[in-house]
Amino acid sequence: MKIHEYQGKEILKKYNVPVPRGQVAFTVDEAVKAAEKIGGSVWVVKAQIHAGGRGKGGGVKLAQSLEEVRERAAEILGMRLITHQTGPEGRIVRRLLIEQGMNIAREMYVGITLDRTNSQNVVMASTEGGVEIEKVAAETPEKILKEAVDPIVGLTQFQARKLCFGLGLTGDAFKNAVKFFLALYKAYEATDASLAEINPLVITQEGHVLALDAKINFDDNALERHPDYAEMRDLEEEDPLEVEASASNLNYIKLDGNVGCMVNGAGLAMATMDIIKLAGGMPANFLDVGGGANATTVEAGFRIILKDPSVKAVLINIFGGIVRCDRVATGVVEAAKNVDVQIPIVIRLAGTNADLAADILNNSGLKFLVAGTLKEAAEKVTSAIAA
Amino acid sequence: MSILVNKKTRLVVQGITGSEGTFHTKQMIEYGTNVVAGVTPGKGGSQYNGNDKDQFTRPIPVFNTVAEAVEKTKADTSVIFVPAAYAAEAIMEAADSGIKLVITITEGIPVSDMVKVYAYIQKRGVRMIGPNCPGIITPGECKIGIMPGFIHLPGRVGLISRSGTLTYEAVQQLTDRGIGQSTCVGIGGDPIIGTRFLDAVKLFNKDKNTDAIIMIGEIGGSAEEEAAEYIKQSVKKPVVGFIAGQTAPPGRRMGHAGAIISGGKGTAAEKMQAMKDAGIYVVESPALLGETMERVLKSRKASKGKRKRVAAKRKPSAARKKPSRRKKSRK
Repeated sequence: MKIHEYQGKEILKKYNVPVPRGQVAFTVDEAVKAAEKIGGSVWVVKAQIHAGGRGKGGGVKLAQSLEEVRERAAEILGMRLITHQTGPEGRIVRRLLIEQGMNIAREMYVGITLDRTNSQNVVMASTEGGVEIEKVAAETPEKILKEAVDPIVGLTQFQARKLCFGLGLTGDAFKNAVKFFLALYKAYEATDASLAEINPLVITQEGHVLALDAKINFDDNALERHPDYAEMRDLEEEDPLEVEASASNLNYIKLDGNVGCMVNGAGLAMATMDIIKLAGGMPANFLDVGGGANATTVEAGFRIILKDPSVKAVLINIFGGIVRCDRVATGVVEAAKNVDVQIPIVIRLAGTNADLAADILNNSGLKFLVAGTLKEAAEKVTSAIAA
Repeated sequence: MSILVNKKTRLVVQGITGSEGTFHTKQMIEYGTNVVAGVTPGKGGSQYNGNDKDQFTRPIPVFNTVAEAVEKTKADTSVIFVPAAYAAEAIMEAADSGIKLVITITEGIPVSDMVKVYAYIQKRGVRMIGPNCPGIITPGECKIGIMPGFIHLPGRVGLISRSGTLTYEAVQQLTDRGIGQSTCVGIGGDPIIGTRFLDAVKLFNKDKNTDAIIMIGEIGGSAEEEAAEYIKQSVKKPVVGFIAGQTAPPGRRMGHAGAIISGGKGTAAEKMQAMKDAGIYVVESPALLGETMERVLKSRKASKGKRKRVAAKRKPSAARKKPSRRKKSRK
């Protein structure tokens, strides 16, 4: 799960990770009040959306007076912010973070995440702050320092020192950065985060070390342990159809294609999307109905898929292992009647009681295109979208 | 005849009295799996016959701890049906009790738990399959997990996959063509798993009763590339492969916790390329897994006695021609 920068910083503060003084604002007036409360003479007005590249897109602006805070806040709030991560449609800015301005001496990068190749967490640091880390990794991998963390002992002092020496830090900045790294790892571990990325991490002219930005993602599987973080979910940052699907316990992801699909199992769902493309269409979604493919879930699936106006056909692909295909077929017939589906539906049910299921579909009086094998299903999809 | 599990495997079911555990224990017993014990803390000392919905054909003794189950029944393998919140504990208990192979079916175990579990079992030399997997089956001998037993056929093709139902799909395609399987391993869809493609490929490569391998990967991570590199160097048996998620968008988790393209890495295209470079017969459509394997096996059979050539750079979709010139035999 993703959260906003200001929420991430609130959490970091609790774990003694230094962040600039700041406050969230939902209106222009709140923005000015926040600036007054923070004090000083320079502020930064930052758009809060779940995507990176906000600065380049015009979502981060400096203000030298309260009047300027008001002007910048008015410009950014409600704007459609387009960055390389939002796609061409961009995101509407609904929240702002007002922060104190900093005397930045250096910008660096630090990130903590799981290293899948050795099944350990890894702390990465780089002198190349403010740049996309993937770019650094691709072009100058030697500029990324890494320390793998032993899960039993956590990040050690010597590892933090090694990273800070590697970054070329000295004096107060060195001491503060070591403390920063240790605190950040504690925060990462204690919150069950899947990513804690500070880009940039800044050293001020006074030698302070602070998180100028904060990207914290949580492991969805661990959210049950952290109900307070689960509440930070911002539904306005998500696709409305995906929000609706998650309310029905369906695993749905909206895509841009013209053929909807409904499948049991994530791997088979991805494979079915691939088949749609090979058949000449493009998948309109990913949808895993999971182990319980019944009338209720299928109906919910139909309703969500059909709300997408670009869908011209639907492919249902269920492999009945433990699930019986005849039951799934009954569910599909019932759901199709309830939802009144007007576009072609290709159905492929395989596994337990597949023959019975085919009979049920063929005798339903509804115009299903029933396929026996995956290959046949692909061919029927091709003809369905050609029609 | 197989890897990791066979008819001699002595299985303990952790979480046997839960509804999932009961349902699948019944299926495993009926398949012929040698289920010797169950563990549910607090229910030790009883004989479990299943519940009203799912009755076992024979009673299974239940113990409070895995250690006791191992001591009394000589169980050597464990399967875990414990809910996600307690699954990490269950795996570590098995590893600490002398179990050598743990199969974790449970989905949704937090990554922070798995990081610790992984270190814990490595230290004890215990192998794990999963989590978030369908399990492992040696057809006709031993089924451990939740896969439908009836689609399988004993034989000589080894299958490794990150997915559940997509694995069944591939198995069905093989069985429909009369091609049997030595062992099918569902390694799981999580970012941290106990047995990776590389581990399973090594086992199949060594197994005298496996002639060919099917490898079904998906987007995310680099485990397929890692295995492909090994196959290129050390595997002479033919490998047929597929990667699910060619149309998956970057940055989105496609159901499985591990199925995500992040920072431009872990795409289907780069995995398929690595596999092709390793001489693996890569199919673009999952519907072609069975027929490609059939063709590969036939051509091998036809060239039996002749010098076997490495399958490098041969496109599976191209019609198979007899090699125009035979490779020099290196006697």
